[in-house]
This record gives sequence, structure tokens and C-alpha cells, in this order.
Amino acid sequence: MNSLIPLLVAAPLAGAALLLLGGRALDRFGHWLATGLAALSFGFGLVLFSDLLGRDAEHRTVTTRLFSWVPVNGFQADVSFRLDQLSMTFVLLITGVGTLIHLYSVGYMAYDERRRRFFAYLNLFLAAMLLLVVADNYLLLYFGWEGVGLASYLLIGFWQHKPSAATAAKKAFIVNRVGDLGLSIAIMLMFAEFGSFAFGPVFGGASGASEGKLTAIGLMLLLAACGKSAQVPLQSWLGDAMEGPTPVSALIHAATMVTAGVYLIIRSSAIFDLAPDAQTAVVVVGAVTLLFGAVVGCAKDDIKKALAGSTMSQIGYMVMAAGLGPIGYAFAIMHLVTHGFFKAGLFLGAGSVMHGMNDEVDMRRYGGLRKYMPWTYRTFAVGYLAIIGVPPLSGFFSKDKIIEAAFAKGGTEGWILGLCALVGAAVTAFYMTRVMLLTFFGEKRWQPDAQGNAPHPHESPSTMTVPMVLLALGSACAGGIFAYHDAFLKWLEPVTGHSEGNPPFGSWTVSGLTTACMLAGVGVSYLMYGRSPVPVVPPVGSPLTRAARRDLLQDDFNHAVLVRPGSALTATLVFFDSRGLDGFVNGLAATIGGLSSRMRRVQNGFVRSYALSMFGGTLLLVASTLLVRSF
Amino acid sequence: MSVLLSATCVVPAAGAVLTAALPAGSTEARRTTTKYVALGVSAVTLVLAAVVALRFDPHGARYQLTESYSWIRSFGITFSLGVDGIGAVLALLTAVLVPVVMLASWHDADPAPAAPGTGPDPDTFEGRRRTQGFFALILAVEAMVVVSFYALDVFVFYVFFEAMLIPMYFLIGGFGDRAGGPESARQRSYAAVKFLLYNLLGGLVMLAAVIGLYVIAQDQGFGTFDLPGLTSAIADGRLRLSGTAENVLFLGFFFAFAVKAPLWPLHTWLPNAMGEATAGTAVLITAVVDKVGTFAMLRFCLGLFPDASKTFAPAILVLSVIGILYGALLAVGQKDIKRLVAYASISHFGFIIMGVFALTSQGQSGATLYMVNHGLSTAAWMLVAGFLISRRGSRLIADYGGVQKTAPVLAGTFLIGSLATLSLPGLAPFVSEFLVLVGTFTRYPAIGIVATFGIVLAALYALLLYQRTMTGPVKEGVREMPDLRARELAVVAPLVALTILLGVYPKPLTDLVNPSVNATLSQVHETDPAPAHPVAATSGGEQK
Repeated sequence: MNSLIPLLVAAPLAGAALLLLGGRALDRFGHWLATGLAALSFGFGLVLFSDLLGRDAEHRTVTTRLFSWVPVNGFQADVSFRLDQLSMTFVLLITGVGTLIHLYSVGYMAYDERRRRFFAYLNLFLAAMLLLVVADNYLLLYFGWEGVGLASYLLIGFWQHKPSAATAAKKAFIVNRVGDLGLSIAIMLMFAEFGSFAFGPVFGGASGASEGKLTAIGLMLLLAACGKSAQVPLQSWLGDAMEGPTPVSALIHAATMVTAGVYLIIRSSAIFDLAPDAQTAVVVVGAVTLLFGAVVGCAKDDIKKALAGSTMSQIGYMVMAAGLGPIGYAFAIMHLVTHGFFKAGLFLGAGSVMHGMNDEVDMRRYGGLRKYMPWTYRTFAVGYLAIIGVPPLSGFFSKDKIIEAAFAKGGTEGWILGLCALVGAAVTAFYMTRVMLLTFFGEKRWQPDAQGNAPHPHESPSTMTVPMVLLALGSACAGGIFAYHDAFLKWLEPVTGHSEGNPPFGSWTVSGLTTACMLAGVGVSYLMYGRSPVPVVPPVGSPLTRAARRDLLQDDFNHAVLVRPGSALTATLVFFDSRGLDGFVNGLAATIGGLSSRMRRVQNGFVRSYALSMFGGTLLLVASTLLVRSF
Repeated sequence: MSVLLSATCVVPAAGAVLTAALPAGSTEARRTTTKYVALGVSAVTLVLAAVVALRFDPHGARYQLTESYSWIRSFGITFSLGVDGIGAVLALLTAVLVPVVMLASWHDADPAPAAPGTGPDPDTFEGRRRTQGFFALILAVEAMVVVSFYALDVFVFYVFFEAMLIPMYFLIGGFGDRAGGPESARQRSYAAVKFLLYNLLGGLVMLAAVIGLYVIAQDQGFGTFDLPGLTSAIADGRLRLSGTAENVLFLGFFFAFAVKAPLWPLHTWLPNAMGEATAGTAVLITAVVDKVGTFAMLRFCLGLFPDASKTFAPAILVLSVIGILYGALLAVGQKDIKRLVAYASISHFGFIIMGVFALTSQGQSGATLYMVNHGLSTAAWMLVAGFLISRRGSRLIADYGGVQKTAPVLAGTFLIGSLATLSLPGLAPFVSEFLVLVGTFTRYPAIGIVATFGIVLAALYALLLYQRTMTGPVKEGVREMPDLRARELAVVAPLVALTILLGVYPKPLTDLVNPSVNATLSQVHETDPAPAHPVAATSGGEQK
């Protein structure tokens, strides 16, 4: 059974290699090959899952070692895999949702001349993400981690002829590299502390290390998580990443990439549990991002960017829950999985809308689309109800648990976090209702474009609607199934541990509060966007709205603090290198050159100046011999 | 006595003479013969170097396949050769790169295309012996570099370390890149002279130190340049250097190697040389010749002057870290593709030198692998850049844009080169860079952390270059650009394949290198810093 674990990764990796090297011959069926291999990986995942279920809860960790990757005295990195309840959950999410996104892309990318390459990159993305979650040591995890970065770079920049896409791809990679810096340093710290960076030894030895070291490791891991999961302060790449084709957004936001940070934190729970300061930092980052993303999501008119703000916010919930420690770990993952369903569904729905609307993304130019795209509308609506947490859909169960856990943290901290989470729930309801109303309700507001092509909204082909329906099913039911008798919690508990904390009030109260906040958000949104016609040209808006449209000035900030001083420094150094350092040496060379050109007048050729230098050298040599003798 | 090592040195040397002596290349057919002869010689050398690496037994003696011939008896100079894991691996790298460079430079030394009335005069060197000269010089460089990696006599090493400057000087000054513009001849000769002066200065300082070492050793009854003899005498105290003498001699050797490597702030010759030379010559400089400098730090500085090495290590580490960040920042600011690659190399050499002087086994194994991996990845990056430049006739980044649309394979291989340069996991440079960083961090955490910032800057310069040249709308002058040809693919394919292979499975290299690194470290009397709370390393949790 263990030998299936490498195959999980190998199947999509082989797909990527075949499609990239196979050439035109694979153009006709390459996309089906890629989809098939993704499905095959999902099949392996199911087999492994049933195998794990057949064991008792305490014996569900399976490891397998393939070969020694980097062996240098004391530094032993193996290509070895670990499958336990946590990685199993991710494997099923990645391959399951990933396969549906592959299927959807068959329709979505049907007319792109570089479709084969697109599917190669999708396969590569799955392979890298799977490697990330089944790696048994941090260096191999890092391999997958950067592989995910590469795949996202290739996919965000898929339409490379668009300068905006190329810029967005580069930005995503470089911002993520800042996070990778954190992961690198964390691994070095582990190696210096434990002499290993494999999961077993590190988690086993954590209790022996000083709290200071563990805090440092934890903070560096958090930095890494901020990069991949687009958490403040490394969130700026996510919005721009919408430059990629829409299925890519679904993949990045639901099944892969942004979930990696949450995985990293929870996988490293043994470290965070012993480093309360690092945990506090995690919670703060999560809470801040939760609100940040929600505010940005309210102001965007671009449907994909509104959803991107929403992702940031929802991942913020997960990170916050992960920072709560054993009270929150399992719920963070539960929300991650349900979010995987509804966010994938929402993005695929958005792609379907764009598909029918000549790639228009401005929601102010949509309106009334429910009549034209019934399946898109229905599935999107399920995703919408799930994400805002309408009972009994998935989001209700998972978000509610996180809010409950935040209050259960206890003390002032618990109150602050709980209130943040409640506010977040209200704002989520507000902006998602806005997306829903602007897109599917109201009057139609689309117009012919500059070339006079009016959009003819139509439903998408079945390769696109079928995945949407399946994801809608997941969005509707997964939460209830997970919450039934705490099934999900019991499944994960052996890995993540669990404690109840001390909630200030019962879970029914929390559910009531959450639902009330959600209804308030829906209500306000309806008053603003549902009752009166929506202007096609956005109103000026309050300063906050204007800032939120600019992503709360994140790029302006980065530009002022990093880019501009960085360019100035580079320019200064370029000047210094050619004038300062080199000027000195040139002066020296000119002197010698002057001498040698005088020599050249006597006899031509460079060999003479070589001889001159030899002569100088001999003098130096004699001098040094005398000098050394006197020591 | 096996003659394997001397054969590996003599074949390219004889090949150089043979190539130079072939009939003058006034016709296409003659030129082609010349090229195939040179390529054939380099292929034979590759086989020999591979046999050396395979015959080397990592668990055997420190130096193997040794040979010794008396040379200048009165000074105790013998022409002695021998190989350790590090030398075997680096000689093999050289032997791999030379045929690749030849193939990449196939037309670089053809007579300049005849513009009306300015065709090459068939009676000049320019017209007749250009092709022979170019390929003979490459083989000469190869022979000298291989001798340097195999030499076990300090004086022999010195002679070849210096002598390789002469063919390199002619390669840089005589065979420029045709994209340089009207000023190019002047700039090229400036670059060549600068290269020579810098390295000559370094070499002369080293010569003084070599003589100084001999004088001191002779005073104590070791009238020899024999490296194993000297190092073992120094290690067990039979040969004593006073503190000051050791420091001075160390600096003399180190200065020469630091110029060649090059280490900040002695690096300024490299961007000129790499910018003005042909892409193939630039690869010879950065991937082959410069490696002799870093290799010699490991073998000579650490082996002969263990205490001084430790004394100066912190200062050298600081210079290396400056070099890492400085080189990377300068690369970000470049407008010329080849100069950008040169500055990136300066940053990479910072990593290599840092790994050597961190004095840990991870650092030194990492540094050795880094030499190999940087050689392969920079060769791929630079040679594809050269193909690009030859198509458009410009080195300026601003003249490109949208190449991925017209030449997707070229763009794709360039991207792989860029990703290797930024040390993406899965490609070989990641393994070595991470080892160097870890090895430095365990002894000098602050320096290790600052150096890690290099990985962000590397992503910046590599991807900025890719974005500016390959993506975006197709620029004028790129519209008709042909994709890679079969010969060019044959150049890139082995480099890419090796980069991936050694990124996923570097064990064959580490197995060769580790014992030699251990031997070097024990010469310096250093052991790796122990982990604070060591955990018995079971390989990855319990098997269930």
C-alpha cells in the first residue's frame, strides 16, 4: 500500500513531463490525458483512504522512503513520504477538486492554441502540491513548496503576451520567495537545533528545545505561510494573480497554493504548541487578514478580484484558527476543505459567466444573468449560500466552529478574536450578496464593446457545468457530513490533538450570533444593491472605499517602502561599481598601460607588457623572499 | 604507475597543437574539419575524465591515480599529479563543458560575414587562421585547467594557474561578440587587458608567496613543492610556520584565488570580460577557469595554512556575503544581458567562497557541488542568451520582448536556465546553495541569514530578465526570430538534463566529494558544530 504514495505524485508529474516534451502529437488528446492522470491520482488517494480507514485511529500514519536525496555528513535529506490523516485530507481535496478543475478546463480552454501546455502546468501544480503535503521532512516539503510557486508562476503568467500577466506572475513568485526565505531559515534553525529537519525527530525533540528557538522557528514558518497563503503582509500577489485563466484561480484558491500555509502551520503544531508567542503572531496575522480581505472584497467591481478578497479573508479565518492551537486546528482544516468546495465552485462559476460574456469581468456590466445561465446561477447560488454560512450548508458548520473556537480561547483575547470573526462573517455576507446581486439579479447592464460586439450570454458546455454541479453538491453537504457526530474532528484528532477551551457561552449562542451577523450583512447589501438600479460607472465612494479599491494601498505601500528605495540603491551601486571601484583600478591600469605603451613604441605587441609585468613580479619576489626570511 | 591523469591532460594539449597546425581555414570545408577535430579531442578528454571519476574510490586513499615525474630537481619540483574527489568532479565538469562550449561557438570564429568591400583579407590571421586559433585556444585552456585540478605540486599548479591566462587573453581579446556595436573592438581589448592585469597581479602575489613558502620549508629541511608532503608536515607539526609568516603566505595565495574566483571587491574585471567575449568564452571564464580559484582555496589555502584560514575566515565570509548581495543587486540594475549574467555569477561565487570558509562539511560539500552546478546552470543560461543575442545582434535587454511567442523553445530553455540560477528546488543549484547556507548558518547564524536574502534577489534579477526579454508584446526585430536549431538544442539538452538529474539525485556527486571534504576539514582541525538538542535521526518516523 505504501508504494501508492509516490504514485500519487508521480501520476500528475508524468503528465506534466509528457505534455511538455511530447510536442504537437499530443495536442489532440493531451488535455484528456492530463485530466485522466489527475483522476488516477484521485483514485490512488481513495484507495489509500480506504486503507487508512481500515486501521485503528492510532495507526493511520504510513511512511515510505524512496531514496537518499542529499546525503552530506550529518545532513540527511531523504525522499520519503508520510501519509496520515492530515495529509490524506489534503490529498483528497487536492486531487478531487483538482480533477474537477481539469475537467472544467477542457471546456474553458478549448479554443486556446496553447492548451496542451496549460494542462501540463495544471498537472505540475497538482504534483507539486501533493509532494508538499506528503513529504516527510521539511526540505522535501520545501521542494513541493517552491514547485507550487513555479506552477503558479507559469499559470498566472500563462498569457505571457499580456504585460500585466507577466508582471503578475513575477510578482507572485517574488513575494512568495520572501516567504520561502522564512522557510529556509526555519529549516536551518531546525538543523542547528535538532541536527535534523525530518518531521519525526523535530516534533519528537521540540520539547527539549528552548522556547526562544521554537518561537524563532515558528515565526519563520509563519512568514513562509504568509507568502503562500497570501496573509498580511505578503498578501499583495493574490489580487494580481487573477491575470491567469480562471480555472487557475480556482486551483490556487481552493485546492492548492493558498492552503499550503495553513497546512504548514498545522503540520508544525508540535512547534507552535510550545511557542505561545509565535501562536499569538499567527492569530494576529489571521485576524488582520480576515478583515483586510473582507474589506477589499467589498470594494471590487471585478468579479474575480472580489472573490480573491474573499479568499484572503477566508484563509485568514483558517490561519486564525490554526493559531488558536489544539482548540482550532481541526476546524481550520475543516473550513479549508469546505472552502475548497465552495470557492472552487464560485470561481468556476465566475469563469462560466466570463465565458458567456466575452471575458468581461466588471460586475457593473453584468446583471440579470440568472435567466441566461441557469446552471451557473444555481451552482453559484449554492456556493454563495455556503460561504456566507447559511445553515445547513457547509460554510455554516465550519465557520461557526472557528468563531466558537475564537471565543473559547478565553479572556480578552478570546473576545477580540471572536468579535473580529463575527464582523468578518457580517462583511462576508455583505460582499458576497453584492456579487450575487450585481451578477445574477437586477437589470442587464452589458453593452457592446468598442468593436460593436454585444455579448450574448449563454450557458457553458457540460464539461464546465458538470464540475460546477459536483462542487455545489460538496458545498451543500460536506459541512453537515463532517459535523455529524464530530466525524471530521475525530478523524483528525490523532494528528492535531484537540481541546475544548473555555467558551464564554454555549455553541447555540454562537450560532445565533453568527447567523444574526450574516443576516445583517445580507440585509445591508440588499438595501444598497438589490432595491435600486446599479450605476455602470462606479460612484466616487468614501475614502475607505477608494482605498479598498486600491487593495488598501498595499501596492503603494510596497512601492514606497521597498521598490523605490531598492531601485535607488541599485542605481547607486551600479554607479559605484563603474566609477568608484573600477575607477580606482582603471587609474592603476592606466599607469601600467602608459608604461607598456611606451614599451610598445620600442617593440610591438602585448607580450612585451607581459614581460614588463614579469619583471615587476621578479622584483616583488626578491623583496618577499628577503622579507619572509627575516620572520 | 597509471598514466590516466597525464593522458587526460595531454590529450587536449596535443589536440590544441594539432588543431592549430591544421591547414588554414580559408574554405568552409577546412574550417569544418578543424571544428570536428577539436570536438573529437574534447570528446576523448571527456571520456578520460569520466574514467578518472569512475576509477576514483571514495573510500580509498586521499589522492589516487598518482603519477610523478621529476622536473626541476634542484628546487624539489616534480611534475606530480593525483586526484581527490573534488578534483575529479571539477575536471569532469570541465570536460563536459568544453565540447558543449565548442558546439555552441560553432560559428563564432568563422570569418566575419563579408560586408561589401570589407570582407576579411584572406592573407591575414583574421581571414585564415581564425577558426584554428579559436578552437586550439579552447583546448589549451582545457588542458591547463585539468592540470590545475590534478596537480599535486604547488609549483606545477602555479605555472598552469598563470599560464591559462594567455589563451584566455587571446580568446577574450581576439574573438568578440558581434553584437557589441562600433565601439566593440576597443571595449574588447580593454576587457582583455583588464582581465590579464587583474589576474597577473594576483598571480604575481601568489608567486611571491609560493617562493616564500619554499624558502621557509627549505630552512626546515623540506626542500619541496610537494603538496601532500607539505600539508602532512604542517598538519603534524614537523614543519612550522610562524603566525605572521603563515598569515602573510595565506594572504598571498588567497589574493590570487580571490581575484580569479572573483570575490568582491576584486570582481570588476569579470563583467567586462564576460560582456565582451563570445558567450562560449564567457562560459569558459565563469564556469571553468574561475572554478580553479575556488578549488584552489579549498586545496591550497586550507591545506597549507590551516590556522591562518581560521583566522581570516570571518573576514572572508563577510566579503562573500557582501559579494552575494552586491552581485545580485548589480544584476538587477543591468541593461546588458551578458553583464547581468556576469553579476549573477559574482553573487554565486560569493556563495561558493562562503561555503569553503564556513569550515563545515555541509558548507564545503555544498561549495564543491556549487562549483559544478553553477558551471552547468550558468552555461545553459549564458549559452541560450548567446543564441538569443546572435539572432538579434544586440546585448541590450531593452531590444527584446515577446520572444516566447516567436521562439518558444528558446524561451523555455532560457526559463529553465533562469530557474536554475535562482536555485529552484528540483534543479541542481538548489541542493548546493542550501547546503552552503545551512553549513554557514550552523557556525555563523547571522551571516547565514543575511546571505539567505540572496535567494529573493536572485528571483528578482532572473525573472526580471525573463519578463523583459521573453514576455509581453513581440518587439520589432524579434518578429522573425527563428527558434533553436538542432545544434543549439544539442548544446542545451545535456545541460538541462544534468541540471535536473543532479537536482533530484545528487548522491553520485556527494559520495565522491564527502570524503575529500572530511579530509580537508580535518587538516584545518575543524569539526561541525553539534546541534543544540540532537535527536537520534530515524529516517522519518516509525514504519507502520
